[in-house]
Amino acid sequence: MADNSSNNNAYWSANVRIILISLVIWALVSFGFGILLRPMLSGIAVGGTDLGFWFAQQGSILVFLALIFNYAWRMNKLDAEHGVGEE
Amino acid sequence: MDQFTINLLFVGASFALYIGIAIWARAGSTSEFYAAGRGVHPVTNGMATAADWMSAASFISMAGLIAFTGYDNSSFLMGWTGGYVLLALLLAPYLRKFGKFTVSEFIGDRFYSQTARIVAVVCLIVASTTYVIGQMTGVGVAFGRFLEVDNTTGLLIGACVVFAYAVFGGMKGVTYTQVAQYVVLIMAYTIPAIFISLQLTGNPIPALGLFGDHVASGEPLLAKLDAIVTELGFNEYTAHHADTLNMVLFTLSLMIGTAGLPHVIMRFFTVPKVADARWSAGWALVFIALLYLTAPAVGAMARLNISEQFWPNGASGEPVSSETIANDASYDWMQTWQQTGLLGWEDKNGDGKIAYFNDKNADTVAKMEAAGWGSENELTKFNRDILVLANPEIANLPGWVIGLVAAGGLAAALSTAAGLLLAISSAVSHDLIKGAVNPGISEKGELMSARVAMAVAIAVATYLGLNPPGFAAQTVALAFGLAAASIFPALMMGIFSTKINNVGAVAGMLAGLTVTLIYIFLHKGWFFVPGTNSFTDADPLLGTIKSTSFGAIGAAVNFTVAYIVSSTTKETPQEIKDLVESVRVPKGAGAAQDH
Repeated sequence: MADNSSNNNAYWSANVRIILISLVIWALVSFGFGILLRPMLSGIAVGGTDLGFWFAQQGSILVFLALIFNYAWRMNKLDAEHGVGEE
Repeated sequence: MDQFTINLLFVGASFALYIGIAIWARAGSTSEFYAAGRGVHPVTNGMATAADWMSAASFISMAGLIAFTGYDNSSFLMGWTGGYVLLALLLAPYLRKFGKFTVSEFIGDRFYSQTARIVAVVCLIVASTTYVIGQMTGVGVAFGRFLEVDNTTGLLIGACVVFAYAVFGGMKGVTYTQVAQYVVLIMAYTIPAIFISLQLTGNPIPALGLFGDHVASGEPLLAKLDAIVTELGFNEYTAHHADTLNMVLFTLSLMIGTAGLPHVIMRFFTVPKVADARWSAGWALVFIALLYLTAPAVGAMARLNISEQFWPNGASGEPVSSETIANDASYDWMQTWQQTGLLGWEDKNGDGKIAYFNDKNADTVAKMEAAGWGSENELTKFNRDILVLANPEIANLPGWVIGLVAAGGLAAALSTAAGLLLAISSAVSHDLIKGAVNPGISEKGELMSARVAMAVAIAVATYLGLNPPGFAAQTVALAFGLAAASIFPALMMGIFSTKINNVGAVAGMLAGLTVTLIYIFLHKGWFFVPGTNSFTDADPLLGTIKSTSFGAIGAAVNFTVAYIVSSTTKETPQEIKDLVESVRVPKGAGAAQDH
């Protein structure tokens, strides 16, 4: 029982770590590149405007997609490693 | 065949398709009835979720708001997609593991409190009703145009159709009907965009065309657009003009609100496995992204087309004449939209020309006066919500494309409005009346109260939809603020903290909902009744924070109050801590249980 509980705790902290890293990237591409850091990226031209505009209107959406699929893939692997997945 | 008949055919055919599929799916699946929820593949579920999620706000309203504001309204794009990251990482897998069917049940069980469940139901009803008001605004625009009547008549007819559709109801639950609605909706959105992108940039993919070159001038499309709108005295399209703090808070409110809306969360309760809940969120976003990556292209290209229609030879040439608008077939869209009362123009200086420019910009006014076009903007009214529906007509696309767009807009508005009405009525009849007020109510009585709740909700939404607090997408944004401030924090704390107890959760939800609601009412009028507001979003109470952006602050209030109250009251019992532990690991997840 104690083993089970410490295994679950290890699983949970690994999960929380993946979530935190994902959310940092999530905030960086939207609030960062798309809004607050846009002036920094203004030197990089993309089709008549700059990289920040692209992140705000399209880039962030593509990164969001990558984040969700990466999370699903990583977690399914983690489930198996810790033996906590479903049948 | 005239356009009216074509529209009627497309709308009629799409409705026949939905009803046909509903009947076919129901008859065919009787034997596997019990497996219905579990038999849905994550890709199919993702497509159905996308149809459920994308409403009049996404389809009809959003591109118009982007078109007339440009970069500053990117918040809608990031906000309504970024929320899916929160949903997939923070909520969906755990709520699926919990294994019940409604959001308020999770809150009631996790916070071991009937009060918490009722407060969650109230939050849900307030957010959903606000959401329906936004949908009704969109329904009014779509029906007004499609039946060629004024906006008010369109709204009243639309309300009757939505009510019938929601009462007919059962077909809402059939996943394959929603898949069909998604297919109609996405085709209706992308086909005209592809045509327009080919016309303007030669690129068949609108999302790429947006960053491509404008064929006629050889310049980048966005540079061309920036040039023409600044010449007419408007803000540069691609530049950042909005207040940064407000833009960040607005984006965040939309993201958190997305992850707090009950009708979206519910979809993840019925997938076969916890792993599938994770994949489903990803697939839903794939199908949503198809529209959201196209929307900014639709907005920018429509703005360019409109500017060029009013200034056929550029801003330094002559504006279009009233005579051309009346006789030239490529201006027919102005005649048809004028009937809805949502588009208007007037030759104020009597020069026979209709000059469209920003008459708040002194330099432009001086320039226009010098050129002899008068000092006033003569395009007196252009409702943002008509842009997507008028877009194929503005670009002179064939009649069948226009018919398809009418069918798509109605599919988006009706499916979401009906789904929300069902969510409201089941919350009232099941969670509120049967769960708390009168547990002994008969099944017949429960059904009756569900219908009455639905009728009341639609009456309120229609009345307020006549004088909406904003364009469809703006009203919907308020609903997201309310969901962000009330539901999302309670769900997240319920999963990620064992410390938050019953009193804390109730206090947090009430505090978050109340401050957000008051802030919205102060700016939009009490209960959205026009004229009862003390502030406006142009000059908000707190610095630059508009009422649509307040949800993020409401959420912060919710988190803080819940934490402080939980620290000073009795600790969470052990069995609830065990429940939280079990929700965190996928192992042992059975099928979702009925209540």
